[in-house]
Amino acid sequence: MSATRPAVDDPALLRWAAVTATLLLALAIFVLPLAAVFAEALRRGWEPALAAIVEEDAQAAVRLTLLVALIAVPVNTIGGIAAAWAVAKFDFWGKRLLVTLIELPFSVSPVISGLVYVLLFGAQGYLGPWLQANDLQIIFALPGLVLATVFVTFPFVARTLIPLMQEQGREEEEAAATLGAGGWDIFRRVTLPNVKWALLSGVLLCNARAMGEFGAVSVVSGHIRGQTNTMPLHVEILYNEYMFVGAFAVASLLALLGLVTLFAKALLEVLAGRRIGARA
Amino acid sequence: MSASASLPFLATARSSRRHALPGFNLSLGLTLAWLGLIVLVPLAALAIKPWEIGVGGVLAVLTDARVLAAFRLSFGAALLAALVSVPVGLLIAWTVTRYRFPGRRLLDALVDLPFALPTAVAGLALTALFAPNGWLGAPLAEWFGWRVAFTPAGVVVALVFVALPFLVRTVEPVLRDLPLDAEEAAATLGATRLQTIRRVVLPALLPAVITGFGLGFARAVGEYGSIIFIAGNMPMVSEIAPLLIVVKLEQFDYAGAAGIGLAMLLLSFVILLALNLWQRRLRRGRA
Repeated sequence: MSATRPAVDDPALLRWAAVTATLLLALAIFVLPLAAVFAEALRRGWEPALAAIVEEDAQAAVRLTLLVALIAVPVNTIGGIAAAWAVAKFDFWGKRLLVTLIELPFSVSPVISGLVYVLLFGAQGYLGPWLQANDLQIIFALPGLVLATVFVTFPFVARTLIPLMQEQGREEEEAAATLGAGGWDIFRRVTLPNVKWALLSGVLLCNARAMGEFGAVSVVSGHIRGQTNTMPLHVEILYNEYMFVGAFAVASLLALLGLVTLFAKALLEVLAGRRIGARA
Repeated sequence: MSASASLPFLATARSSRRHALPGFNLSLGLTLAWLGLIVLVPLAALAIKPWEIGVGGVLAVLTDARVLAAFRLSFGAALLAALVSVPVGLLIAWTVTRYRFPGRRLLDALVDLPFALPTAVAGLALTALFAPNGWLGAPLAEWFGWRVAFTPAGVVVALVFVALPFLVRTVEPVLRDLPLDAEEAAATLGATRLQTIRRVVLPALLPAVITGFGLGFARAVGEYGSIIFIAGNMPMVSEIAPLLIVVKLEQFDYAGAAGIGLAMLLLSFVILLALNLWQRRLRRGRA
């Protein structure tokens, strides 16, 4: 580019200044915070950090986080695939509104995402008395954590699949249908191979957010140690109790999750040969 | 877009075989159930609950001095953070798309970090970094006498971290697809490089910048996890609106919490709508 188009070549000084400024900014904004988490966790060496991770309440938090993600991610994957299939393969009234509504949870504060379920299922919520009469608990229990997590991760799979499947059109699926293939076969043999990397990338981002969600689950959790504390909530409790090494040690685990997600997403984009889904 | 969608003479043929593919009822039914149960019904509860205490009650909640201060901070800091993200995001997007330098791919991947990093971890990290004895907090305090952590400035810093990727990721593709011909033409006509950037490149990027600004703002205004550690959460000073919702819920004041939540949502939708209209006018002006 630079060799053939001298007119749009920036002066070397400008180029050098821009690159240096960018690298310094990236260092301050992205690298230093990450480094700070690991440095604080290892402030007193490996042993206290590891001890904080293998400790009983931390392990319970890890298990709960995995369990919540294990329920929430498939729900949004199935919903996202269904939505993408309906939107991309059919014409119907209100389609654009539907797409807008699917993306709505991204513009809702995480705290509000938790709040809405408290309004429904909390002790003074609309269904609270009925739940109590039937001895069911949603808020301050696993179902509430799952619901809040499903809400905040709602659009991830749908929004990576919808634009891609719209772009790919319907011809291949229609050809398969003409040849007598059933719906499930069409999806599995024709659509899925075309969207597999994007789907995986959406699931990955959905999972990262599900495991890392803080605000929404904080509202519905009740913060019962060893029972309703997910990993991010455990981090907060440790921090508020001035157990800084422990807080940063568990936070390091979550940071690793974020780094693995970033790496896997970049890898999927190489495999797919294109950028997937843009913004989260 | 499929080719047939743009050909009008196929439209009638298509509508007759509109359901040529199977699974319409199943997929739309699943989608509506999923959307209705998880998003629409709960949000309806948010829209109804506040009015249990009457219009006067809602107004009393919203005009409380502490609530007003929290709204000012949440919306002010989010707007400021989105604004700061504009030049920073433009610079990063420009460097990553236009120049070749070692570490470019890594940098490009790192931009997504705030998306992938759990908010509580981001909050903890920024607090450690900007605390009076932190790697950045100590020099800032020593050289300039600035305190960032546990002040409203900390809120803005955390929100820039959250909003920045939206800017970079919306501007990047536009910048990449921008035809170099226009820039060359400007140069041929005698414009200096800076004039070209200011008069040709930046106006072409403006719609994308507005989109990124809107997305970053929307995310920042509701942000909770990355703020509560660094803010210090002093009522009237560094307390954000989402935190007040949590406080009201702890007092079992559901209607008050819902009132604050509803007001937050409505206010941010008005701001996003205004941005949307501005952008639409820009697009129409250019077409």
